[in-house]
Amino acid sequence: MRYIEPHAHMVSRTTDDYQKLALAGCQAICEPAFWAGFDRSSSEGFYDYFRQITTYEPARAAKFCIQHYCWLCINPKEAEDLQLAKDVIDLIPEFLEKENVLGIGEIGLNKNSRNELAVLEQHIQVAADHDQLILVHTPHLEDKLKGTKLIVDALRNFSSVDPGRVIIDHVEEHTIQHVLDAGFWAGMTLYPESKCTPARAIDMLEVYSDENIWMNSACDWGVSDPLALPKAAQEMRRRGYGAEYIDKVVFQNPARFMSQSPRFKLDLG
Amino acid sequence: MMTYPSALPDANHVELSFMDSRAKLLDVAAFLDRVQRFDQESDYRVKALKDAIAILQSETPDRAKRVLLHFSDMTEEPIPEAHTQGAAGAVDPTLVANQS
Repeated sequence: MRYIEPHAHMVSRTTDDYQKLALAGCQAICEPAFWAGFDRSSSEGFYDYFRQITTYEPARAAKFCIQHYCWLCINPKEAEDLQLAKDVIDLIPEFLEKENVLGIGEIGLNKNSRNELAVLEQHIQVAADHDQLILVHTPHLEDKLKGTKLIVDALRNFSSVDPGRVIIDHVEEHTIQHVLDAGFWAGMTLYPESKCTPARAIDMLEVYSDENIWMNSACDWGVSDPLALPKAAQEMRRRGYGAEYIDKVVFQNPARFMSQSPRFKLDLG
Repeated sequence: MMTYPSALPDANHVELSFMDSRAKLLDVAAFLDRVQRFDQESDYRVKALKDAIAILQSETPDRAKRVLLHFSDMTEEPIPEAHTQGAAGAVDPTLVANQS
């Protein structure tokens, strides 16, 4: 089976995970910029982080014949500090020239605060100015519904942003319709406790849509599973789905979205 | 209700998932027993969980969505400032009251 992992924080994973992903059939990994688990003390920390995901991680992935792509931003958990956010956002254009950068992400909201919303809007402006794809993080747990609605409204305020070039990630049963009805792509995240299980994700494919949607593991420094996507594929087989349909969901869908960036160069044959 | 794809596989979902669901229900039951033994039932999260269980008894196939809505913050305005970074899984009624 071939597949694309559209959302994995490989900076927080050991090289063993690249080996597992390669053995499972992963052909490309996409790594959004995220919260490291602690608040960085300055924009210089972000500069080095951007260097890591645009230079070192692609090299680490390449040893296992996996293509590595990334997204850039200051994540919403660190967006309460407006000066820090501005300093980090000012760094982004320099890194947009790197050959594995697909766009701006994972921007979004965390606790749905005014400063988080302002920083989200600044990121959307950068994406619009530089014609970049956008990947959006929706808040955790009880904050997700409110945050998703605020995010959709914020994106709609930018008439130059094509919804087809935006993916709103971590949808669940109470937010997926909001995202799809607004014309955006929806990402379902297979993450223990706080997000979806494979069974629920496949239910959502059946009930809502299998177009403009993808699944991902969002594996990071927390308890998470880099093989969540192949396990979801196995759950699809248990339900009787064939190889061609599974390929559509775990390979063709994410490839179709990312091919909107000229930097995405995976062989789709 | 439309479903995708147009021809869904004809799987026996009870065979596939009953045992897993049974185990998860037992975990919930044991959790409620545990918090009662330790006199922690007054926690707002326990109350929210107990109230959510009633949704499972309904007859419409949108229980997962309604459970998530039950646990959700239904306010619409951004909060003035974030003082925490984490989420709890249910809405703390004291925090919502303070933000009003």
